[in-house]
Amino acid sequence: MTREIAVVAFAQTDHRQSMAELSEVEMLMPVLHEVLDRTGLKTADIDFTCSGSSDYLAGRAFSFTLALDGVGAWPPISESHVEMDGAWALYEAWVKLRTGDADTALVYSYGKSTPGPLRDVLTRQLDPYYVAPLWPDSVALAALQAQALIDAGDTDEPALAAVGARSRGADSAGQGDYVVRPLRTGDCPPVGDGAAAVILAAGERARELCERPAWIRGIDHRIEAHALGVRDLTDSPSTRLAAEKAGLFQQPVDTAELHAPFSSQEVVLRKALGLDDSVRVNPSGGALVANPVMAAGLIRVGEAAARIHRGESDRALAHATSGPCLQQNLVAVLEGDAR
Amino acid sequence: MPEVLTAPLVVEFPFTRSLGPVQSAFLTGLRERAVLGVRTADGRTLVPPVEYDPVTAEEIRDLVHVGVTGTVTTWAWNHAPRRGQPLDTPFAWVLVRLDGADTALLHALDAPGPEAVHTGMRVRVRWAEERSGAITDIACFEPDDGDESQVTVHAGEFEDPVAGIVAAARLDYTYSPGRAQTAFITALADRKLVGERCPSCHKVYVPPRGACPTCGLATSEQVEVGPCGTVTTFCIVNIKAKNLDIEVPYVYAHIALDGADLALHGRIGGIPYDQVRMGLRVEAVWTDGTRYPDHYRPTGEPDADYDTYKELL
Amino acid sequence: MSKEPVAVVGIGQTKHVAARRDVSIAGLVREAARRALDDAELDWADVDAVVIGKAPDFFEGVMMPELYLADALGAVGKPMLRVHTAGSVGGSTALVAASLVAARVHGTVLTLAFEKQSESNAMWGLSLPIPFQQPLLAGAGGFFAPHVRAYMRRSGAPDTVGSLVAFKDRRNALKNPYAHLHEHDITLDKVQASPMLWDPIRYSETCPSSDGACAMVLTDRAGAARAPRPPAWMHGGAMRSEPTLFAGKDCVSPRAGKDCAADVYRQAGISDPRREIDAVEMYVPFSWYEPMWLENLGFADEGEGWKLTEAGVTELDGDLPVDMSGGVLSTNPIGASGMIRFAEAALQVRGQAGAHQVDGARRVLGHAYGGGSQFFSMWLVGSEPPG
Repeated sequence: MTREIAVVAFAQTDHRQSMAELSEVEMLMPVLHEVLDRTGLKTADIDFTCSGSSDYLAGRAFSFTLALDGVGAWPPISESHVEMDGAWALYEAWVKLRTGDADTALVYSYGKSTPGPLRDVLTRQLDPYYVAPLWPDSVALAALQAQALIDAGDTDEPALAAVGARSRGADSAGQGDYVVRPLRTGDCPPVGDGAAAVILAAGERARELCERPAWIRGIDHRIEAHALGVRDLTDSPSTRLAAEKAGLFQQPVDTAELHAPFSSQEVVLRKALGLDDSVRVNPSGGALVANPVMAAGLIRVGEAAARIHRGESDRALAHATSGPCLQQNLVAVLEGDAR
Repeated sequence: MPEVLTAPLVVEFPFTRSLGPVQSAFLTGLRERAVLGVRTADGRTLVPPVEYDPVTAEEIRDLVHVGVTGTVTTWAWNHAPRRGQPLDTPFAWVLVRLDGADTALLHALDAPGPEAVHTGMRVRVRWAEERSGAITDIACFEPDDGDESQVTVHAGEFEDPVAGIVAAARLDYTYSPGRAQTAFITALADRKLVGERCPSCHKVYVPPRGACPTCGLATSEQVEVGPCGTVTTFCIVNIKAKNLDIEVPYVYAHIALDGADLALHGRIGGIPYDQVRMGLRVEAVWTDGTRYPDHYRPTGEPDADYDTYKELL
Repeated sequence: MSKEPVAVVGIGQTKHVAARRDVSIAGLVREAARRALDDAELDWADVDAVVIGKAPDFFEGVMMPELYLADALGAVGKPMLRVHTAGSVGGSTALVAASLVAARVHGTVLTLAFEKQSESNAMWGLSLPIPFQQPLLAGAGGFFAPHVRAYMRRSGAPDTVGSLVAFKDRRNALKNPYAHLHEHDITLDKVQASPMLWDPIRYSETCPSSDGACAMVLTDRAGAARAPRPPAWMHGGAMRSEPTLFAGKDCVSPRAGKDCAADVYRQAGISDPRREIDAVEMYVPFSWYEPMWLENLGFADEGEGWKLTEAGVTELDGDLPVDMSGGVLSTNPIGASGMIRFAEAALQVRGQAGAHQVDGARRVLGHAYGGGSQFFSMWLVGSEPPG
């Protein structure tokens, strides 16, 4: 019998607000305080801390060491960091709790996407020999994927516009001009800054800290080959495999928080995950509404968990992605106790 | 509160990348107007050639010569080219499966407009006039209506093979130091060193970082510290630091300014380098045109007792 | 339910050098990974997950390079995690991989850390021109040298101790075919005559800049039972962090290091590390950190660490050998340096360390640290299964 682990609290920055005037630690700290307040825990009560962020977004090496100032790591804490989206920091923390070495974990991530030219910064993720020297920006790569989907008959521009409109709760008429055709402004995420934090707890500790914990029934992540030219861009086998390993297909979910920064990627993910119209997809608005890079994946887990906390979902799926055109994907299946 | 400062931050470096045998053969081939692929154990031809089979992870080395013409497998119209991209006029990004290849290569397609581009169209490599052994030796692709080109086995051996590339990379950021550091930097203009006190442990941090790192709380109460302080520890620098116009040897010291609860860093002047010692009392010396104190010099006070600063090293 | 015991069954590293001009980044990591798999007599398909670590991405100018390296490491279709905890990252990466096995999430995990410093320049990566900031007044050694002076003041150590460490580590490196620096004509006089860079740190008391990678295969009891060579068993592992700079920080003997060691000893049932641990592979980028860490890790009382060094206790044939591999002083691919320490500890208890083997090493500590002496990761490995 393995330990049961749950998300017991979630907090995030108000993404409508500009963070330009704040340093990363100044942006992060209120989120850390809020998530701790929700459980009544203090930093010293947390057994393990794990964060996710990227030096390339910050434009400086070791940027995460500055963010640690906001945690209050004194006396010293058991702590780790992934140079990845915070969803993978949550995965590392989940593993730590599974070992039994920790009963509670604080997971946070943050990213300021506005200081750098995000589309260009993300080109530095690409094969440094054959691809990065061409500076193909993140929207261009997503547009290649979108066109492949259109050619395959999986979607068309009006259908993509409908994804954007549903996410924003707006009229699809406002889909905007092409950024890189076939993707329009409305198919692309906003560029913004933000932070998110989650608290995990195991077993009875979770029940003490949260009225209705969001139990992580399964969590898994998989990566695909790097080169776009060797992949079928209309499919996401890594998402499907992660979902299978996480137990997604054993029972239907009522809610899905998908980390699809581009409308076209929601089409790919829905197909890979076998989601039909009975599932509420991205009730939070998803990454098309707020996409603080390095935090947006953790926010999907947090949003799915928060719906379970509030009794708005009983079984939810959360997904996070990393790399060009959905190269790497994480799937978590969360459940609330029966009401 | 002063308006938060911002300034450009340019992160730029010419990275020197060694290639290994397969990538060397491919890029050298481009220099010689030949496109090479690599054959996997199960007979697929990967172009551009990778070093390791994405399916089996096996190392692959069997090079083949593929065509310079091929078929577009997907595309995207880029009406506003960005810095560093292959063309500076509107173009299509394309994945092209070259004749003889089983996988597709990413590059640009020069076409008059999106109406002229479609998946399945035939294209041909347009070589750059000056080629050095880099992916940019392919200037771009252009539409083509000729025959499929020939595919042959290739030893991947060239005279004077390219062993490496220099990948210049520049990113332009707009940096902001945030609220607390803006206040500190602004005060420097008046030659004041202003830290911030933690509301809980009451320690004074200078420069302030906006957070008390031990309490994890926001700091806001401003406290002027210095201008005198104590050298808590130091080293003598004997090698010239890049971009610094300071004669060696000089002393780089940790200085606990009066009123601050941890040391900041500075250079010691106005005293022979070999007479600097732990406990030396110093004061900030400002010069015109610099934001920070240029250096710290002895005040002439008696040295501080070790016990008064041993927590501030 | 107790944790699954974790065994190291494969270890591989590259010959560390200033510049590996003959391989790509993928080629470099692949070499270490392949050697680790060969050591374990396993193949890519036997690996359930890959955990990779390295120091800042700016060092190679590739953001999140694990994305590009997935193919080379046989990670396609598998979970892949990327750890970054500054200089301690090589150790932390191994510990994250070990947790996957200990938690029974996976049976066999490949873990790897690397740095290809020749692609750029570490000092460039560490001193990007951040606006408004006071320019760095000294290089990396200048950051650490004042702490060394503070240690000398506090302990009363004679100023020759640093050169003794450097002389020992460079001689140990001569016995390690993978070490970067092989200074065959090294003498104590030469170390002591080398230029003072950041007084009190001499040139020969600093670490080189290396290209290199290190990999390990970690597995569970079932995997260990199938291993062709004796495994190293993990008896304890921990990470601790404290803020970079804060009021009251002890830069000479940071509390995070003490707490981390105490946690490892508690897990391993060690009450007297000086007697119960046979050798230590610690992260010593500047020679004076050997006596400092001897105290921080509980092998000597405060102010007494240098006496062990001076008495020859830490020599390869001493009572408590330290940095048998030649240490960071002889080899420093930054992101991999922590994992090389962990791997050396495992090699020792497996009896596979060759010419730098410590006879009868049964319990060995691997140690890494980073940032402003703020991130610590350690593991204690043994020749026998835990418990």
